[in-house]
Amino acid sequence: MGVKRTYAEINEKIKSGKVVVVTAEEIIGMVKEKGIEKVAEEVDVVTTGTFGPMCSSGAFFNFGHPKPRIKMHRVWMNGVPAYTGIAAVDAYLGATELPDFDPLNSNYPGEFRYGGGHVIEDLVAGKAIKLEATGYGTDCYPRKKIETYITLNDVNEAYLFNPRNAYQNYNVAVNLSEKIIYTYMGTLKPNLGNAHYCSAGQLSPLMNDPYYRTIGIGTRIFLGGGIGYVVWNGTQHSPCGPRGENGVPLGGAGTLAVIGDLKQMNSQWLRGTSYLGYGSTLTVGVGVPIPILDEDMVRFTSVKDEDIFAPIVDYSNDYPNGTGKTLGSVSYAQLKSGFIEVNGREVPTAPLSSYVKAREIAETLKQWIMKGDFLLGEPVQTLPSADSGVALKGLQEKPAP
Amino acid sequence: MAPRKVVLRFPPQIVDKPLIYHLVKDYGLMINVLKANVNPYKEGFMVVEISGEPHQYEQGLNFLRERGVIIDQLSENIVRNTDKCTHCGACTSACPSGALYVSRPSMEVIFDEEKCVVCGVCLKTCPVKAIEVNFNGHGGRSI
Ligand code: SF4
Ligand code: SF4
Repeated sequence: MGVKRTYAEINEKIKSGKVVVVTAEEIIGMVKEKGIEKVAEEVDVVTTGTFGPMCSSGAFFNFGHPKPRIKMHRVWMNGVPAYTGIAAVDAYLGATELPDFDPLNSNYPGEFRYGGGHVIEDLVAGKAIKLEATGYGTDCYPRKKIETYITLNDVNEAYLFNPRNAYQNYNVAVNLSEKIIYTYMGTLKPNLGNAHYCSAGQLSPLMNDPYYRTIGIGTRIFLGGGIGYVVWNGTQHSPCGPRGENGVPLGGAGTLAVIGDLKQMNSQWLRGTSYLGYGSTLTVGVGVPIPILDEDMVRFTSVKDEDIFAPIVDYSNDYPNGTGKTLGSVSYAQLKSGFIEVNGREVPTAPLSSYVKAREIAETLKQWIMKGDFLLGEPVQTLPSADSGVALKGLQEKPAP
Repeated sequence: MAPRKVVLRFPPQIVDKPLIYHLVKDYGLMINVLKANVNPYKEGFMVVEISGEPHQYEQGLNFLRERGVIIDQLSENIVRNTDKCTHCGACTSACPSGALYVSRPSMEVIFDEEKCVVCGVCLKTCPVKAIEVNFNGHGGRSI
């Protein structure tokens, strides 16, 4: 039957400094050398990491009340609007939000040099940012305008709350058309000029626990250089699509909603990001520790790039029009080799997700756990998995009911 | 006219045509080739310094454009800020000269200044603005 471990036992080992932690890259070689059974006996935790653009990200703030008080109706942070349809001095700043004066794509392709993601990076880097707010004035909140400068230390709360991060697998984007296109998958050259992919593959969190056996609500994670938590499945979580024999989905599938105190994060791991002709976003570092509860978890975490496949999708027509067509599938090992074959042609590849930084995150998380600073969080509830029947819906255009 | 530096890009169909020769012979321009390279996709690149009569300079450049050469003004030299670079790789498929490339298996992104033709494409492509123009010539930030 093999070894069994509980979260409590692993956490005891972390506290006593006896825990054995390896990264999702390191475990591959270990399994090859020693076999599943032996590695399951030795290893307690496997760490993962990913560092890529994650548009569904943002932060909640409570700015505190000025004197006299204001009910903020509109808020701008360094010129970028934040959402204020919540209590008086609370706001949510989204990573892809852009200043009112941004030329957008009117001067195509737009550059989107500064957006919500950049404001978050600046705050985390300790910079002061300009806060402007207007209110319509009420008896309890009479003030109509404020303009001031704030740092992360000045605000009451600032927490990152990302509704969708760490996509489990993703498309490989190509361009079959005659003209260059600018997408959230980067600049794609005409006539299959290049192929962009965006996943850390064998190091990526959800690739290493494909059925979310150990990743759920309450899982403690590395988030933006600090500690965060999984709070829900991410938006567009779609666990019931086709999977390989190893359980890994063959296209975009599971996602995570994550939270964490912005004040303890590091701007190295939260980077304002601009995609030419598309928009601005935030590149987020996420790392998830996976407990080796039994041999199955060794099997899952030792998955390698050769055995993870991604669909190739044309972003000039099939993706924008939602045709659902794919041009085949390739492994991450092929993608990382620098060239893939599409429609009989050799196409150069480029990643958008940094494998170098993903490795650094997995390594950092490993150090935290080994030092005893970071205990595993046992999920209070797991995420909907392959047997949940959860299916992704499209938006229908309907007449008034 | 003071010598001007421009970047010439030759699509594969015309890469083997003696176009520069015509600039000298038919337009009386002086050409100083600063850098030249043909990438793995058989596109050619040249950084040249051109001097001559202003109207002939314009006509010469038009001659090249008509034959499919893409011409960009040289924007000094390019540096990569290694503190800012995340090794995401987005620039590597945009860089026409192969100066920015992924080193395997480490997956680190390398910048080889020798190969850079200073076309400036990476300036706008880099999602975190890690590529900078060094207006003071060489000797700026480490690459
Ligand atoms: S300027 Fe940038 S894109 Fe152009 S050759 Fe140099 S490194 Fe490559
Ligand atoms: S696009 Fe920018 S951040 Fe990404 S590898 Fe190139 S220089 Fe580095």
